[in-house]
Amino acid sequence: MFLEIENLDKTFETRSGKLVVLKNIQMGIEQGEFIAVVGASGSGKSTLLRQIAGLDRPTRGTVRIAGQPVMGPGPDRGMVFQHYTLYPWMTVQKNAEFGLKLQGVSQKARREQASYYLEVVRLTQFAQALPKELSGGMKQRVAIARALALEPKILLLDEPFGSLDIHTKESMHEFMIDLWERTHMTFFMITHDVEEAIFLANRIYALGSRPGTVRKEMHIHLPDRSHQVKRHSRFHDYRDELMDLLRQHGQEAMMVA
Amino acid sequence: MRQTPSPIHIPSNSKSLSPTVFWKLVEEIPRPLHIALTVTSIALPLLLWWLVTRFGQIDPKFLPAPMQVVEAFGRLWGTGELLQDAIASLWRVGVGFFLASLLAIPVGILMGSFASIRALLEPLFGLMRYMPAPAFIPLLILYLGIGEEPKIMLIFIGVFFFNALMVMDTVKFVPKELIEATYMLGGSRWAVLTQVILPNVIPGILDACRINLAAAWQLVIVSELIAANEGLGRRISVAGRFLRTDEIFVGLIVIGVFGLFFDLLFQYLLRVSCRWASQVR
Ligand SMILES: Nc1ncnc2c1ncn2[C@@H]1O[C@H](COP(=O)(O)OP(=O)(O)OP(=O)(O)O)[C@@H](O)[C@H]1O
Ligand SMILES: [Mg+2]
Repeated sequence: MFLEIENLDKTFETRSGKLVVLKNIQMGIEQGEFIAVVGASGSGKSTLLRQIAGLDRPTRGTVRIAGQPVMGPGPDRGMVFQHYTLYPWMTVQKNAEFGLKLQGVSQKARREQASYYLEVVRLTQFAQALPKELSGGMKQRVAIARALALEPKILLLDEPFGSLDIHTKESMHEFMIDLWERTHMTFFMITHDVEEAIFLANRIYALGSRPGTVRKEMHIHLPDRSHQVKRHSRFHDYRDELMDLLRQHGQEAMMVA
Repeated sequence: MRQTPSPIHIPSNSKSLSPTVFWKLVEEIPRPLHIALTVTSIALPLLLWWLVTRFGQIDPKFLPAPMQVVEAFGRLWGTGELLQDAIASLWRVGVGFFLASLLAIPVGILMGSFASIRALLEPLFGLMRYMPAPAFIPLLILYLGIGEEPKIMLIFIGVFFFNALMVMDTVKFVPKELIEATYMLGGSRWAVLTQVILPNVIPGILDACRINLAAAWQLVIVSELIAANEGLGRRISVAGRFLRTDEIFVGLIVIGVFGLFFDLLFQYLLRVSCRWASQVR
């Protein structure tokens, strides 16, 4: 087991008392899997990712990567945040290189590595631009290139394509699948886009809200990964099942609130 | 399920936003209008001043005419006194402000970055900030005499605490996610401090310095009113004693022009060094 999450609880102390955000999360993920986590807004997806990233400590339970408990953030896990986190004073190229610079990689080597991944995300043309000159989707692609440049064992993605238009999104999907097949990287991606999850992932966890628990674990078996597969009847079955589940839990959550 | 609220009446004469040039909220105004307003801002008071002194039958000991002030400027410049005064004041501001900033910037960054250091220093600094620096003059004379030291120290006290607290505030506005992203790229705390927080707060630091330089100018004048052989503040107080109102005006205007010059210099530095932030401000 590459990534193990055991009995994980997360509560926040708020002014109106304890808020249980995650309850008894169990996940086991093998090396090279593409995992998607879907759930309604506020169900605790980002919070879960922060526990894996080591940016926050669980109230109870453990997260293990390759057998080692996660104690804090580190470059073995690449992370793409939900919001834009580029360094505004650096060019796109410098942004992509920054992780390598922090690791003490020589200037020449890091320029080559970063340029390669900028090419992968199709932003070579904008290497010398500043983040403020990029669109939202372009910024997110730079963030992906920046994380990939370190060649982490697992890539954690928090709704990375939420702000992209449908065509850019599709090309990012192709790119993700291509990347996944070439590297043996593990992907752990959060999304609220059910179709995106089915198309990309080999396994999906559906979170219910308040408290966030794993309501359903779903293995995806599709004949191939072309866009035509979205018209496949099995694709529709998966989608309907997930949509029903989320709808049902969304209503439950509203009743509780 | 809650019931939908009963319909409310919205007045039907509500119209779309009417166009305007002068009253555009926050947006830029056309450049010619901008220039015209800037010129008016200086020229109108000058014109009023000239009109009042020309037609107002006012005693020049009370309010000298613009030309008399220009003459006084020429007189003081000719004897070299004005230059000497200006250099003396500039030097005090320069040294006091430089030393205060040199210390306040790192201290402020540390206070902003580490809650521990903030807890240690903020109460003291917050208190010191509300003690007006001129109130320290008697103590400074007692401890440091009447030479240059108390004057520079006065500026130091007046600038240091404010600057440190303002720099601290700019650090607080560094996005938390930017820091977390750096940790995820394998950055150490030291790397975050020097390579993420520091570049991020440079615009804020320049801005804080710009504002506090104005305070330094006020304090140098105050310090020279007490005891000094030369300086622009000294010039004003001597002129006041001998009722040379025109020289008071010369002193005031020179101080104002210097202040404005440094202000513009800082604004320029801010613009060239922080092009990346131009959308932010
Ligand atoms: N630091 C915090 N302190 C208190 N409450 C928090 C904190 N962080 C998150 N929460 C709460 O936890 C819940 C889940 O938040 P989280 O950001 O994980 O949701 P999410 O599933 O990522 O939602 P979205 O899809 O909108 O991004 C929310 O109700 C939020 O208010
Ligand atoms: Mg989220």
